[in-house]
Amino acid sequence: MTEKEYNGIFVFAEQRGGEIHHVSYELLNKAEELAAELNCPIFAALLGPTGIKAEELIYRGANKVYYLEDQAFGQPDELFYKENLVDLIDELKPEIILVGATNFGRSLAPRVAAALDTGLTADCTELRVDQAGKLLQIRPAFSENILAQIETVTYPQMATVRYKEFVERKRDGTLEGEIIKKRPTKVQDQSVEILELLEQQEINIAEAEVVVAGGKGIKKAAGFELLQRLATELGGVIGASRDIIDVGYLSKEYQIGYSGYRIAPKIYIACGISGAPQHVAGIKEADKIIAINTDPSAPIFEVADYGIVGDLYQVIPRLIEEVEEDERRDN
Amino acid sequence: MKIIVLIKQVPEMERVKFDTTRGVINRKSAGVEINPFDLNALEAALQIKEEFAAEVIALSMGPTRAEGVIKEAIARGADDGILLTDRKFSGADTRATAYLLASAIDKIGNVDLVIAGEMTVDGDTAQVGPQTAEYLGLAHIAYVTKLEEITEDYLTVVAPTWDGNYSKKINYPGLITVTKDLNTPRLPLLKRKLEVREAEVEKWGIADFETELDPQDVGLKGSCTRVRKIEVPSPVEREGKMWTGDQLREAITEVAQICQEKDRMGE
Ligand SMILES: Cc1cc2nc3c(=O)[nH]c(=O)nc-3n(C[C@H](O)[C@H](O)[C@H](O)COP(=O)(O)OP(=O)(O)OC[C@H]3O[C@@H](n4cnc5c(N)ncnc54)[C@H](O)[C@@H]3O)c2cc1C
Repeated sequence: MTEKEYNGIFVFAEQRGGEIHHVSYELLNKAEELAAELNCPIFAALLGPTGIKAEELIYRGANKVYYLEDQAFGQPDELFYKENLVDLIDELKPEIILVGATNFGRSLAPRVAAALDTGLTADCTELRVDQAGKLLQIRPAFSENILAQIETVTYPQMATVRYKEFVERKRDGTLEGEIIKKRPTKVQDQSVEILELLEQQEINIAEAEVVVAGGKGIKKAAGFELLQRLATELGGVIGASRDIIDVGYLSKEYQIGYSGYRIAPKIYIACGISGAPQHVAGIKEADKIIAINTDPSAPIFEVADYGIVGDLYQVIPRLIEEVEEDERRDN
Repeated sequence: MKIIVLIKQVPEMERVKFDTTRGVINRKSAGVEINPFDLNALEAALQIKEEFAAEVIALSMGPTRAEGVIKEAIARGADDGILLTDRKFSGADTRATAYLLASAIDKIGNVDLVIAGEMTVDGDTAQVGPQTAEYLGLAHIAYVTKLEEITEDYLTVVAPTWDGNYSKKINYPGLITVTKDLNTPRLPLLKRKLEVREAEVEKWGIADFETELDPQDVGLKGSCTRVRKIEVPSPVEREGKMWTGDQLREAITEVAQICQEKDRMGE
């Protein structure tokens, strides 16, 4: 099949419990940019239980929303999703497919790519179209030391993008489009059974406006109570470097970095974190980075906007006091 | 019961130095090791083996020097290992890698469970596990953090998906990818280490596959993606203001102010 037979950008709109995940709106924003270059339509694929506000995807730039309704999509079953997505993709023949690199997306997209026998590029940080109309996929490699420009020689061209990598398409309620409701074409099988949701995630660190994170310099689990006080004072949450998760002070949902969450807060405060490339990979999108570290040569100071050389156990209590003081003055 | 563990030889990423001008890693700056997540995969297989009479086979694709990871896997408790190595296999992207691994697993035959690390530290895509499952026509569960129930017919596991931790059951044959949280890998036994040192590692090249494998599907030829260019990222400009020792008071005042300003922006 020639590339001309492929047309359009296909965005997988992930939903959870009937709520569309915001990474879908970020993908739609990029899709709009690419579609302008390619002069092609934007499709959104929404697989989920009935009652989801599919029109939200239109307001975020999708021209056509394919809404596959079935209660079974209320369970994160990659195989079932894959079978139905592949049928839809075969019908639409898009030239580009974008999937959010959430843990579900990262597990689903490779199956879809393999089923379509096409290439897939993980965790792209930039997507562009070249003069020939090919998708250029830029992704960091080797702990973010290099950026590789990748192209796909087969169609469709598939890429995943992490949550918070791109900005969201602004909602525009005047936008028009079409919602095509469908039934699944394939049924769920029993090779994997989703037994139950054990526990809901405690925090969503990727969405926080302020993150106060601790590293090995904190030395004891109780130190996070101090960080929590500062975070609460600033209306934020706590986070941590990988070493903290490894020693078991906090659970994985608090891990910031390359193998944890990428965050884009307004303020990031790194306390007792050395600033290894794998950690820094997760904080590049922060507006302001503040670092507190006893070692003036710690690499974290090279990426920080503001650095305080000092012991976190002396600096943070004073910072909390000062913030409280300021607030009292303002009120 | 037959369990395949997928392993890869990777540079020691925590130590490796990077030549930023040339955009390549300095291979002399660090050694190689088994991809850390693959050790958790191997440990999971060995724990299952402790419950049932399972045969654990380590499977890797790589250059001939990657036979070291097969030997290490055997020293750690795997029964056997196979290295897929051939010049025609080189330049493989995740698609071509997964295709080859799946072909080898088919050739081994009668496999009940395939276990892979969640991702490799040098490739960092987390794609090969699910792609291999798809080429094998098997279901998979990714990012397993806990094995709950181990039986001869199925596994129940815990894996984070969407906004929470799910309990999931996978019936054999199937594939799982595992995280570091799953277990603490056991160390190699000295006795086995000595045993494997001189042993010959079983190697399969393209000729060993005959009908199961089309040369067009492996290595660079079988890859759907190409690296067009390597760029060295330009560092982001940051303010870079620093306070030391006696400037603490000033630092606190200013930082507190920055925190407050930003905090209000969001309201
Ligand atoms: C494949 C791979 C993936 C990885 N993924 C991640 C990831 O996602 N996230 C991540 O964070 N890391 C990740 N790492 C690990 C990373 O390389 C570093 O090992 C880790 O980030 C270091 O954590 P740290 O800064 O807390 O500890 P350290 O490097 O030990 O730094 C501790 C710092 O605390 C300072 N300190 C000590 N006492 C005090 C005090 N009283 N007050 C103030 N400062 C003090 C010290 O000067 C030091 O700078 C990954 C590594 C690999 C190989």
